[in-house]
Amino acid sequence: MSSFNIYMCGVGGQGIGMLSEVLSRACLEAGHNIMGCDTHGLAQRGGIVVSHLRLGDGVRTPRVPDGSADLVIALERLEALRAADAMLAKSGTVIYYDTIYQPIHVRMGKTSYPEADALEETVKTRGGKVERVQLADIDDPRMQNVALLGRLASTGVIEGVSARVVEQALRDALPAKALAANLAVFEQAAEKTAP
Amino acid sequence: MAKLKDMLVKRESWSDLIMGNYAVARAMIDTGTRVITTFPGSPTPEIAAALDSVDRDKRDYYFEYSTNEKVALEIAAGASLNGHLSTVFFKSVGLNVASDSLIQLALMELVGGMVIILGDDPGANSSQNEQDNRWFARMSYIPMLEPANPQEAYDMYREAVRLSKERRIPIFLRLTTHVCHAREVVKFNGIETGAPDWTPRFDAAAGPYVPIVSTVFPLKRKALAKLADFEELGNECKLNFVVAPNGSKPIDGKRLGVISSALVAMSVLENLEESKASVDLLKLGMTYPLPRKMITDFLADRDEVMVLEELDQVLENEIKVAAWDAGADCKILSRKDREDFMGELGPRRTMKILSDVWPSIFDAPAEIVPSKEISVRLPQMCPGCGHRSAFHAIRKALEDDVITVADIGCHSLGFMPPYNMGEVLFSMGHGVSTASGLSIGNDTRKVLTFIGDSTLIHAGLPGIVNAANHDHNITLVLMDNGTTAMTGHQPRFGSGEVGDKIPFVPLLEALGVKFIRETDTYQQATLTQHIRDANAHKGFALVIARHPCMLKFTRKQRKDMPDLKMPNVRVDQEKCERIYECVAEFGCPSFQKNEDGSVTVSEELCIGDGSCLQTCPVQALWRPKPGGDK
Repeated sequence: MSSFNIYMCGVGGQGIGMLSEVLSRACLEAGHNIMGCDTHGLAQRGGIVVSHLRLGDGVRTPRVPDGSADLVIALERLEALRAADAMLAKSGTVIYYDTIYQPIHVRMGKTSYPEADALEETVKTRGGKVERVQLADIDDPRMQNVALLGRLASTGVIEGVSARVVEQALRDALPAKALAANLAVFEQAAEKTAP
Repeated sequence: MAKLKDMLVKRESWSDLIMGNYAVARAMIDTGTRVITTFPGSPTPEIAAALDSVDRDKRDYYFEYSTNEKVALEIAAGASLNGHLSTVFFKSVGLNVASDSLIQLALMELVGGMVIILGDDPGANSSQNEQDNRWFARMSYIPMLEPANPQEAYDMYREAVRLSKERRIPIFLRLTTHVCHAREVVKFNGIETGAPDWTPRFDAAAGPYVPIVSTVFPLKRKALAKLADFEELGNECKLNFVVAPNGSKPIDGKRLGVISSALVAMSVLENLEESKASVDLLKLGMTYPLPRKMITDFLADRDEVMVLEELDQVLENEIKVAAWDAGADCKILSRKDREDFMGELGPRRTMKILSDVWPSIFDAPAEIVPSKEISVRLPQMCPGCGHRSAFHAIRKALEDDVITVADIGCHSLGFMPPYNMGEVLFSMGHGVSTASGLSIGNDTRKVLTFIGDSTLIHAGLPGIVNAANHDHNITLVLMDNGTTAMTGHQPRFGSGEVGDKIPFVPLLEALGVKFIRETDTYQQATLTQHIRDANAHKGFALVIARHPCMLKFTRKQRKDMPDLKMPNVRVDQEKCERIYECVAEFGCPSFQKNEDGSVTVSEELCIGDGSCLQTCPVQALWRPKPGGDK
């Protein structure tokens, strides 16, 4: 069965729904058969939120099986590590926005928050690649989503999902007044492809 | 891009990428479902959100959020008795609440037709259990359809409507969490019905509708006959079918098959396609009553058949009985591991189960053990949440040996660190009565319990009447955030969003509650004192701990006043003595503990509510005045 599995994750309140919506539309536009699902339910902030997106004609179930994510897109460093550890497929790619949301256990001193190196190491053991995204002066997490999309589009890791296709999906999804600022972030992130 | 609310009522056919819940909402509209009721609960609240988003003048249906699932079910049933096609939907455990009336429905002639949509939750993603509601179909004589994906959910709702109207019986459409929330491109039909006809057609002669001694058996006889007819239909029904993705050939001289249903059948299908094994799949869309002839024919053609279902052993038991009765010469294989009766069965887990029974054909997937080094992340109350202030203040008033009882709502999260409050939880509204039981004969340990304002209306009042009038010696804290927060801010009765405001104090006084104190939870010292007083009171005591849901409040604020920016809280690093009460005891997620031991406030998370300011023992937390300096 040929499929390409995308696992998106972050922390409640970071706006993963928008990321998932834009990417789904872009994949559809690129001609992929798609199936996916978001985690819903609790309205609280601060828990783990996940969105699954699977591409391919043989895909019949919406969730990415453990250890089968060809691409992990994470909105936060600890969640990037968690996904790389349990979800990433061999030779998969992790693209993450390097921001920190400490869970209560870290704040209570019961566990520690990972260094960026820990993520690099974990991905290396899977034979995969990491793309770290962090742009100066972006506090709005919704813009961080757009930065991730910019970097993603420039890597070309999803067949047919070019910068042009993602940009169009963004234009369809975003309200007019927010568009210019978001497109600027999108382009900035796309240009800053890994050295 | 076209808005969902407009697409839902578009008269022509269309197709789009859409979630299962929205697909079902469209099915209700295009089949002319006239009365739709619910009580919000995951995984189904987006059905309600979709229906409620449509402009009122464009609705050909009546929709309401009812006070609880039983009320919702009765309204839908009543509408059907009047000849109106109706639907009720709620989450898995909602069926327990509705069951008293549910159990009567198959005995009645529901002339308008009625569909009961269940949002079951294998994996207990957002429920207190993963109860298997397929049993309820059996107990209530109500046929059940089970879709595997959004397209099937849409198609099967339509089929349920057709059959329900034709046979005047209720039909279950059992969805599960990842059918509700799955997204794929779904093809929709056009709207087939004209303007609603609201003529009340109730006719007692179409019944009887009153089950008493002389009518119970004729009613039951009719219900059983309808079920038998349904089974015949199932044998021919296109919802039940065989797939042979790799052709039907014997493997090592044996002809093999799997019987499955719903989303788990799709996991199996992925496994079969991946393995290229010539094992056939009988996928059942109608899972009650089972099409016994179709099943025994499938068994007759095969040497070994695995029944691969999710959660309880329901299909397997009935299939084995049918096989015995038919004298089938086929080995029927079961799940072997007790763990396989728990949680969702995605393709990795079904592959493992298949490899347990047929190890020479299917390879067990490599086990993935998540690293224990990676910090857990628990869900938390939002920054500014009034419940956080409440838990922080209440904790200060409690003895170490207190017994605390939780209830359902965002405040259930109080059981987790750092609050550790709410140690028992059964169901919606159980808290007052469970706490009452814990207080009987107990002169030594105080019992304190919680209830949310939405749950109070749903199922809390009988317990309160009981506790107040028997004067059970407990403290009840009403955590009033003015909304149904956990499931997405559906309107709450009494808040003024539906009907009139219901003032809780006179209501509860009239029910017999004599000790009542109330405060906003941000007044933490006042709340601590109220709890002390309530705990000192002999008998039933109520403390109302009130603060609006800040997620809802700040969303509205941003909409109404887009330019308003509440300054974030700051930490005065000179004053901070690193006591960490803000970080580790009050526990607002906005506080970040840095590697050098300092505490800072996350710009992204802080909403500037300031509820934390009072928690710092050395007053190191401060907040600039809006638009000004310190």
